[in-house]
Amino acid sequence: MHYDAIIIGAGMSGLAAGIRLAMFDKKVVVLERHYVWGGLNSFYQYKGHQFDVGLHAMTNYAVKGARGLPLSRLLKQLRIRHDELDLHQQGFSSVSFPGEKLKFSNDFNLLRDEVARAFPHQVDGFDKLAKAVREFNELDLDAPQQDARPVVRRFITEPLLEDMIFCPLMFYGSAREHDMDWDQFVVMFKSIFFEGFARPQQGVRHVLKLLIDRYRKAGGELRLKAGVARILNSNGRAAGIELENGEQLTAEAVLSSAGLVETSRLCSAGSQPAQAVGAPPTAPVGKLSFTETISVLDKPARELGIEETIIFFSNRQRFAYEQPQDDVDTSSGVICMPGNFSLPQEPKDHLLRITNIANFDRWIAKARSAGSQPATGAGTLPAPAVGEAPTACAGEAPALRDYYAAKQRWYEQSCADVLGHIADFRSHVKLVDMFTPRTIRHYTGHEAGAVYGSPRKLRTGQTGIDGLYIIGTDQGFLGIIGAALSGISMANRWVLQRDGAAVEA
Amino acid sequence: MTDEQIKQAIIGIISDIAPDEDTSNIDPAIRLREQMDLDSMDFLDIVMELRKRYGVHVPDTDYMELASLDSCVNYLRGKMAGKQLVS
Repeated sequence: MHYDAIIIGAGMSGLAAGIRLAMFDKKVVVLERHYVWGGLNSFYQYKGHQFDVGLHAMTNYAVKGARGLPLSRLLKQLRIRHDELDLHQQGFSSVSFPGEKLKFSNDFNLLRDEVARAFPHQVDGFDKLAKAVREFNELDLDAPQQDARPVVRRFITEPLLEDMIFCPLMFYGSAREHDMDWDQFVVMFKSIFFEGFARPQQGVRHVLKLLIDRYRKAGGELRLKAGVARILNSNGRAAGIELENGEQLTAEAVLSSAGLVETSRLCSAGSQPAQAVGAPPTAPVGKLSFTETISVLDKPARELGIEETIIFFSNRQRFAYEQPQDDVDTSSGVICMPGNFSLPQEPKDHLLRITNIANFDRWIAKARSAGSQPATGAGTLPAPAVGEAPTACAGEAPALRDYYAAKQRWYEQSCADVLGHIADFRSHVKLVDMFTPRTIRHYTGHEAGAVYGSPRKLRTGQTGIDGLYIIGTDQGFLGIIGAALSGISMANRWVLQRDGAAVEA
Repeated sequence: MTDEQIKQAIIGIISDIAPDEDTSNIDPAIRLREQMDLDSMDFLDIVMELRKRYGVHVPDTDYMELASLDSCVNYLRGKMAGKQLVS
C-alpha cells in the first residue's frame, strides 16, 4: 500500500498531523503499536474506575476569542470550536517549598502578588523576568540555544525563588536535568504562568475522542496494534516502513512521534546498513522518568481541606530535578486534585495523584524476569485502607513480586512525603493504582521511560534523511497543546507546503 | 462567479477555518487580520481550500493579495470566472 504520508504513533502530535493531512485529501495512515490511542496521554479503566495517564491538566489555557495564543492556533488548524473542548479552569495551584508557598492561577497577577508578598526585594526582578519571557519569540527556530538559569539569575537573585519558579516548569516539560534551554523555559513559563491550567470534565479521553472523530471524518486511516519494526530507506530517502508483522507500507513522507533516539533505532534496525544511507543524528536518551500514584478517596479532596488544583512541592530548599539514585525521589513532586478544577459536575471518582521522579533502570531491574507486559491494572496495589490481600501477586514470578512490593513501599513513602503540603488523606483512600517508568516505556515506547524524551530537540523536524521528520516531544513543543501544534506545524511544513511548492513549480 | 459569490466563497472558507469567529459583519475594505484572529498558518489554509474547492492556485508571492475581502475579489475575479460556488 502506498501513502502520501505515514505517521508513527497515535498520540497528540500524530493525530493532529493526521487530521491536517487528511483534511487536505492526503492519503494518510496513523500507525499505533497499542490497542488504544493517546500515547503519553492515554486513559484506562481499572475496577470500574476511569483513570487518565499523563494528563493532570491542559496547559496553555486561553479564553474563547483570545488572539494569537497556542490554543487558538490549535483550534483553527484543526477546525475545532472552543466550546467543543469543554475546558474548565483551575481554581488555583501552588508551589510549596519548606517555609514558603506561592499561589498562582490563570490570572498572572496572583503569582506576581504572591512573589511581592513573599520576596518583596525580588519583585522588580520578577517583573523584568516576566517581560523578558513575554518578549522572547519561542517560535523563532534560528534563535541561538542558551541555558535558562543564567538568564533567570540576571533577574532573580534569591535561590529559593529561582527554584520555586523552575519547579513547575521542569516537572511539566523538561527533558534536561538541573536546567532547561531558555526557549523551553519560555514556552513552559507562558503555558503555565501566563496562560494556565484547564481540563475537560471527562479528562483526556474527551480530547482524544475529538481528535479521533475529526481524523476519521476527514478520511484518515488509523491502524491499532500496528507496531513499526523499521523505517525503510531507498537511496538515502525514507521510503516507508515495515510493520512488526512483516508487512511493508510505502510513502512519500514518514512523520515519526516515536522519539529521536527511537526513530534513529528504527532506521538502523534490520539488515540495512543505516550509516550507508544516512541516519538521524544521535541523541542522548532522556534520564527523567516518573512514578505516579493514583488514590481514589472516599470524599472530595476539598472536604479534607485540600483546595489547590495542583501543588508542585519540594521538601528541600534546593530543588533537585535529576534522576534519583534510589527507585523514586519522594522529596519533591506534583500533587494533582482533578476534582478541584471548576467542573460543572463533581467527578464520580475523587482522585488524588502524586507524581515523583523515578529511576528507570532500578524499576526495570525489579521486573526483569516478569516479561514485557506490565499491564496496568492487573496486579496493582492492594488498597491500603481496606487492607485487601495482594492477590494479584500470588503465583507470580519472584521478580514480579519484587516489583509489586516496591510499588507498595513507594506508594506509602510517596503519600507520607506530601503531608507537609496537604492534609493527611491516607485514611480516606478506597483504591490505589500506580504506574512506574516501566509502564511509561510500555505505553509510550520512549527509551528509558523518558516522558519528555531526549534532551536534544530537533526544532525543524529534519532528521538528515529526506522524507523522514520528527514530530511531538522530541521536536521540542511541550504539553498537549504543544505536541498537537508540533504535529500540525511539521505536517504543514514538510507535506502540505512542500506539496504546494511542487504544484507551483 | 460574481464578486458577491467570491466574497461568499472566502467567508465560507474562513468560517470553516475559524469556527469561533463571527463572519457576519466583515468590512470588505479592511484587512482580514485586523478584524479577526488569522495568522500566516490560517492564510495558508485559505490558499489550500481555494485549491481544494475551486482548483485555484495562489502562489506564495501573491498571498498579500488576499489581505481583505475587496482585494480577494480583485485578485480572484479572473481565476474564479466560470466556477460554481461550493457551500
